[in-house]
Amino acid sequence: MRQFAKMLTVSAFAALMASSVVAQTPKDTVVMAKQIDDIISLDPAEAFEFSGVEVGANVYDKLIGVDLAKGNALVGELAASWTVSPDNLTYTFKLRPNLKFHSGNALTAADVVYSFQRAVTLNKSPGFILAQFGFTKENVLEKVKATDDGTVVITVSKPFAPTFFLNCLTSGVASIVDSKLVKANEKDGDFGNAWLKLNSAGSGAYKVRAYRPNEQYALEANESWYKGAPKNKRVIVRHVAEPASQRLLLEKGDVDIARNLSKDQLAAVKDKADIQIVQGDKGYILYLGLNTKNPHFAKPEVREAMKWLVDYTAIERNIVEGTYKHHESFLPKGFLGAIDDKPYKFDPAKAKELLTKAGYPNGFTVTMDVRSVNPITDIAQAIQSSWAQAGIKLELIPGDGKQTLTKYRARTHDIYIGQWGPDYLDPHTNAETFAINENNGEDAKSKTLAWRNAWDIPDMTKVTQAAVLESDAAKRAATYGTLQREHQKVSPFVIMFQQVEVSALRKGVSGWAIGPSSDTNFYAPIAKN
Amino acid sequence: MTVAETSRRSGAFRDRASRWGGLIGRELSTVAITMFGLLLITFLIARVVPIDPVLAVVGDNARPDVYDAARAELGLDKPLWQQFAIYVGKVFTGDLGTSVLTAQKVTDDIKRVFPATLELATLGTLIGVVLGVPLGVLAAVYQGRWPDQLARILGLFGYSIPVFWLGLMGLLLFYAKLGWVGGPGRIGVAWQDFVTPVTGVILLDAAMQGEWDAFWDAFSHLVLPSAVLGLFSLAYISRMARSFMIAELQQQYVIAARVKGMSEFRVIWRHALRNALVPLITVVALSYAQLLEGSVLTETIFAWPGLGRYITNSLLNADMNAVLGGTLVVGAVFIGVNLFSDILGRLVDPRTR
Repeated sequence: MRQFAKMLTVSAFAALMASSVVAQTPKDTVVMAKQIDDIISLDPAEAFEFSGVEVGANVYDKLIGVDLAKGNALVGELAASWTVSPDNLTYTFKLRPNLKFHSGNALTAADVVYSFQRAVTLNKSPGFILAQFGFTKENVLEKVKATDDGTVVITVSKPFAPTFFLNCLTSGVASIVDSKLVKANEKDGDFGNAWLKLNSAGSGAYKVRAYRPNEQYALEANESWYKGAPKNKRVIVRHVAEPASQRLLLEKGDVDIARNLSKDQLAAVKDKADIQIVQGDKGYILYLGLNTKNPHFAKPEVREAMKWLVDYTAIERNIVEGTYKHHESFLPKGFLGAIDDKPYKFDPAKAKELLTKAGYPNGFTVTMDVRSVNPITDIAQAIQSSWAQAGIKLELIPGDGKQTLTKYRARTHDIYIGQWGPDYLDPHTNAETFAINENNGEDAKSKTLAWRNAWDIPDMTKVTQAAVLESDAAKRAATYGTLQREHQKVSPFVIMFQQVEVSALRKGVSGWAIGPSSDTNFYAPIAKN
Repeated sequence: MTVAETSRRSGAFRDRASRWGGLIGRELSTVAITMFGLLLITFLIARVVPIDPVLAVVGDNARPDVYDAARAELGLDKPLWQQFAIYVGKVFTGDLGTSVLTAQKVTDDIKRVFPATLELATLGTLIGVVLGVPLGVLAAVYQGRWPDQLARILGLFGYSIPVFWLGLMGLLLFYAKLGWVGGPGRIGVAWQDFVTPVTGVILLDAAMQGEWDAFWDAFSHLVLPSAVLGLFSLAYISRMARSFMIAELQQQYVIAARVKGMSEFRVIWRHALRNALVPLITVVALSYAQLLEGSVLTETIFAWPGLGRYITNSLLNADMNAVLGGTLVVGAVFIGVNLFSDILGRLVDPRTR
């Protein structure tokens, strides 16, 4: 029935969309259709979901940012310049002169100190990005100091690689908030958290004009932004859950940009005269986690065999074309030290040989927890059929996302198929979770992905931990290259794809670029003519 | 009028008043027990499902200390009975907790999403009643002839066509192709800020504030989704109206009326329909209550920020306060509408007078 309905829908679409009247959105307003029901909070010290972080990126400024046009190079935002002490422990940031918040309050070093204190003390989901440099709520005011109105001095706990610290400062949690305004809205010592969940107190390109959860948010341009006024006056982002509805709104001209079109819809609109497509590599990695608690996966040959048993190219072509691309290493393209090596391809004979060597000439039976959403389900089914060719009977256990995740975190799965998104724009974010496991016991404090798959790697853990202390950026990148090549050979992770984000835009809309993370999706350059 | 007569009358009045009083008392205690059961069951289900609600708060990548803090904040470290006692206590003071997903009070969330659903369900039901009842009556009168066949086809159509398909096709034809109605969403972007939410029902707010352009824009967005829901309720109501009417038309009083020479119009619309109305009210009330729960598919396709999507979304994200609060509201609405239809039924039914 569903298939039939889908066919009818597609043919009717084709017939009806041939000619239609086009509506117009207001000229100075950019209207987007997007799934925004993941927003939990607009507070930059708390937001950690794509949509919430994206709002923050357009509302707040940080000390440091990245230049998308220059391969994500670090650039000063609020900081006009910075210096690092020779021992790599102390950073001195000089702020730009005459910075102002939306409220009109001056932005000074005191606001920077308050923002760091706030993020570290609240310690919400993204709090660890700062806390990993040794800040605690007790010491943060000693470690982050304003020496005058325009100078901030920050001391970190170890001689970390400067690229590591500075990359972390580009993430949303390091946003600078208007301390006067936030303090005025404080309740019971919550650092204004309740208020900032729904409002904004920033200095960035936009201020939040209205936010209605699960419905829409409206941003208003900050004409006196230090980088110059945005190219549009307003951005309205509407929550449209159904991709087919997003497509209709776009084709009709009621929205300028549709953010969540599916593969089929993209294929259908990409050749239209009044639609254009914008793509960007995202940091998301799609992988299989093989639990080495399962005796089969404790054997390295079996783990390697699995990597030869995924038909990467067929899945890319038939299931995820345009939205994911083949990628086999744990650092996504666009990150420092990322490599493009793809040692594996679909080779059942080779896999069979390895399985025989491991003592499974006739394969075995194993389960995979699969979140019931596309394209995950389709990919899992494709894997199921290709594994059968090597005698492996794969049973798929469908479940809702939170359900499969709960099981994964308790490491009671055999195989988990899932995605991993980097938390900040530094290689350590993925290296830490894929290649560090300090304590493989049930009482472990840090439950990384390596831990979840019970992969005990004391040596690799040391190498990965040392990489964050390498002050030479080139040497650091090389370390991650070696690490990933080793990881590809031995790890219980079958890394398959990297996400590509695609937006469909109406012709005449320009300036929209998709950055490597939600922290870098900027609205200010978007113009309409 | 004699003295004896007067006293007999006031006695009858007293009887009726006490009968109604007892009735209302009984209904109220039923409501209380039902609500308590609803609270208990939803609470238990929410705690038994193999989903960790803490993940909804902190996300996948949270560190253990953040996780533990959130768990304590949710009160999940306490024993189950204590959690329930705290929850019930809060519900009685009108506090349904805070939604994890929206970071707002669940009561505020519901105040925001329920009017959207109310608007849709009311217009949908109106369409269902205004078209469905006459259609059902005609089908009964012309049993087996073309009005009956038409009603049957419409009924089958409304019941069997998947709503997501119908919604999308409707959008394609009437919005994208013909441009007769507004697209997904409750109101056009251009009108968004013209109406200040007072009741939350945009049509009412716009009319009260005299923003007639905004009113018509909102109306053009409302027509299609409510027509889709209306077709569904029309299908149900017309089928039920038909069978009730067929039963009534075979009654002796109908034959008697016809023998008396009463016009066919009067027989059907005044006498038979009047009697069929009592069960029909229950049917309409049930279908209205069903629409008031929110229709997830319709709301999704039409980007309608209503109750159905709110609850579903909360459920998928293990946002338990929102799920419990939403379920409670749905339960209360169901009980309320049923109570109302019972009372209305008694008022309409001549035998209870």
